[in-house]
Amino acid sequence: MFLQQLINGLTVGSVYALIAIGYTMVYGILEFINFAHGEIYMLGAYLGIIAIGLLTAMGLGNSSAFLLLAFAFIFAMVFCAFYGVTIERLAYRPLRRAPRLAPLLSALGVSIFLQNFVMVTQGTRNKVFPQLFAQNGFDLGNAKITYIQIMILVTSILLMVGLTLFVNKTKMGKAMRATSQDQKMAYLVGIDVNRVISVTFLIGSALGAAAGVMVALYYGLVNFHIGYTAGLKAFTAAVLGGIGNIPGAMLGGIILGLVESLGAGYLSSEYKDAYAFIILVLLLIFRPQGILGERLKERS
Amino acid sequence: MIKNKILEKSIWALWLGLLALPFMGKKAGILAIAILLVILLLPLLNGLIARFGISVSRLNFLSSSANWLKTNKKMALLILFSFAAILPLFMNRYFVDVAVLCGIYIVLALGLNVIVGLTGLLALGYIAFYAVGAYCYALLWTHYHINFWLALPIGTALAGVFGVLLGSPVLRLRGDYLAIVTLGFGEITRIVLNNWDELTRGPNGILGIARPSIGDFIIKQPIHYYYLILAFVVLTIFITTRLEHSRIGRAWVAIREDEVAAAACGVNVTLMKLLAFATGAAFAGLGGVFFAGKMIFVSPESFTFMESVMVLCMVVLGGMGSIPGVILGAIALIILPEALRQFQFYRLLMFGGAMALMMIIRPQGLIPSQRRKMELEEENG
Amino acid sequence: MMLEVKSVSKSFGGLKALDAIDLSIHNKKIVGLIGPNGAGKTTLFNCITGMNPPTTGRIIFKGSIDLVGKRPDEIARLGMARTFQNIRLFSDMTALENVMVGRHCRSKTGLVGAIIRSKATVIEEMKIVKKGVELLKFVELMDYANELAKNLPYGLQRRLEIARALATEPVLLFLDEPAAGMNPQEIFDLMQLIRMIRDRGITVILIEHHMKVVMGICEMIVVLNYGIKIAEGSADEIKNNPKVIEAYLGKEE
Repeated sequence: MFLQQLINGLTVGSVYALIAIGYTMVYGILEFINFAHGEIYMLGAYLGIIAIGLLTAMGLGNSSAFLLLAFAFIFAMVFCAFYGVTIERLAYRPLRRAPRLAPLLSALGVSIFLQNFVMVTQGTRNKVFPQLFAQNGFDLGNAKITYIQIMILVTSILLMVGLTLFVNKTKMGKAMRATSQDQKMAYLVGIDVNRVISVTFLIGSALGAAAGVMVALYYGLVNFHIGYTAGLKAFTAAVLGGIGNIPGAMLGGIILGLVESLGAGYLSSEYKDAYAFIILVLLLIFRPQGILGERLKERS
Repeated sequence: MIKNKILEKSIWALWLGLLALPFMGKKAGILAIAILLVILLLPLLNGLIARFGISVSRLNFLSSSANWLKTNKKMALLILFSFAAILPLFMNRYFVDVAVLCGIYIVLALGLNVIVGLTGLLALGYIAFYAVGAYCYALLWTHYHINFWLALPIGTALAGVFGVLLGSPVLRLRGDYLAIVTLGFGEITRIVLNNWDELTRGPNGILGIARPSIGDFIIKQPIHYYYLILAFVVLTIFITTRLEHSRIGRAWVAIREDEVAAAACGVNVTLMKLLAFATGAAFAGLGGVFFAGKMIFVSPESFTFMESVMVLCMVVLGGMGSIPGVILGAIALIILPEALRQFQFYRLLMFGGAMALMMIIRPQGLIPSQRRKMELEEENG
Repeated sequence: MMLEVKSVSKSFGGLKALDAIDLSIHNKKIVGLIGPNGAGKTTLFNCITGMNPPTTGRIIFKGSIDLVGKRPDEIARLGMARTFQNIRLFSDMTALENVMVGRHCRSKTGLVGAIIRSKATVIEEMKIVKKGVELLKFVELMDYANELAKNLPYGLQRRLEIARALATEPVLLFLDEPAAGMNPQEIFDLMQLIRMIRDRGITVILIEHHMKVVMGICEMIVVLNYGIKIAEGSADEIKNNPKVIEAYLGKEE
């Protein structure tokens, strides 16, 4: 039981981690909670289904499952990256100098808009993700790990390693870190801050989309309101790890996934969704800087 | 210049249409492009009006009526009130029911306005306080047969206490954290209502709540409820107006404008924020008790996050901090979807879009709040 | 003794912004706090006014009250007011309302009083307006009473901030770069105003980069550099202090 919950927790946790990265990256640079990020994840899940539907319509439905899935990933990530960048450009950038409440409300508006956009265009019923892989796996003692779980874990790890390399080794990554340290200074040393922000949204949204596709694959069902809860949980994960801190978001996601899955297994599964919120509330009250974060700087 | 702008906007619209494409068929995609084009051109129109329309907006008629309103405030209020009082006599039951709904949301929105509009605290789980009020009456009646009028102050106070309990640990958090935490609290409330079967009967809700009565007279017609909620609306307007223009209201606005400076001026920021939370929550509690007495049934379904968002939309679209604005916002957001039944499906889509758009082109809302000018002639002269 | 700062230190992470500062401020004086950029002047203000408490040290107000650990609003109520380097007015409130907020800690209408508008509330409100008007006249802003603070020109915003601070009835007033961004005429008026504030019996401590202002009105000058107090004395003593000259040379001016 413990091992099984551990495996399930790690799987869900790595998905939370991917979404949490998007929150944390944006927060690191703009000090702003991108409420619409959860919806990007939801859009990603839908786009995954749509992509496979497109291929099937084109008569390519019988290609190898891996190929289909790869296409779904790329399709969802590319579109969501564009969504992220476009949302920032249209709804957040004009408000960068407005009072703090304005971008928050704008983000909330975008989030509601996107959610209902999907409801209107795709319907209120659950969408089914085509079953690409058999649900089997292999046994580990008395627990079972499915191939899908393995694939989710591997993909998440690859994406996170890729992101870490990007942030630490490339010029753009360095510019990003500089901008999150001190935006004005970054601007003064010649960093194109707007471009950095766009890239941040691009990467964050693409990772969110990947998480969406994986969840669709894992649970097999997608609904237009999954973004809201997942967004909140991922945000909790980001705060748990120390908001603004990318490795922190990864760690926070994993921890949250484990807590949820073990909590559901040993305490009560009815309150499964409440655990994240309870953690979030306690955390913000007692240790708002999170596990890896430094003390929050108060913008005054 | 303008031509370039139109071109730019059109490209934007095409781009957005393209992005929307996977979700819609081809036809829908084209339609979306058209709608987006219109939406994107709106700010441009706004600019055009601003550039050429100054004289139009200052038409004599408008400014004279505005002046009249300013000088005859009491008279205007009286007229408005009498209008509201005789209104239901000319409406059928359906419209009266809609009007009652408007009334409930006016109370809610004015309460939230204290928190968001005046004090500048973004609270997203506001509807939880409404639930506290509603369940308070539902439970008091089903367990102890406590009647509506007694439950009214209890529910209001209880919601206020919840506001303080919820607020005290989180109010020192920054604005965006506060938003998330209140959202979390709202969700926890709903999850608890849904799962605590022994107390709340879970998703089935609580049936058989008594209607309010005065002596032997039982309030059950929509029109009776209308007058009851009208009284609550008047009470809410009265209290929030008084508060806004008091020492406390000034402290709230000062906190909204600059928390650090407010503290330096001797404002106990935490205490005043708590007071705002408690006040706003109490109005939600009041609305909740009424809601339970009106529906004679409560279930967690009525208290979703989307309800919180609706109330927030009313405040934001109407004009944060502006009492007439918030009232207008509430009425508009209730009546519009009723009037446009065929668009029911698109309601939240439009609200969400409008909220984001509003922040960008008109952040002050439909009727912006205005600071009260003081008559200081004597002292000057 | 109005204020005694006893070996106050403040560090941010590993950085020591203030290092064992000792300071004694006497009643009814104008004191200047100067030093190159980053010397820790505003940090010291923030420590004293409770915005950002010191890491170690004690701050004794009026001979007996220890301010360390008190909230900014409590400190304001005790009789200490301040302005900010980057003006922090309540921009969407009128000038008069800004000053009226300053009366918050000297009035006590509660929730119930405000709603029923009791006689006590009405009288208190009248007093608040009266005091507000008096202070607006004092800083010569009466013509702008109903103007939104954000619409005032820069120099007037600085004066309004002073009026708002005065409304809390301070005995000790901190001005953070009051002359910044002002033209010579405005600076001259400001110096007059500061003297008039002193004549009301209020001790004034000001941070300022305009040496003309500091040398012109301050009866005592304290010099900070790298978080350490390097000199203290009258204008003449400071001008000729080799340490001060060294600190400023190659730094600025």
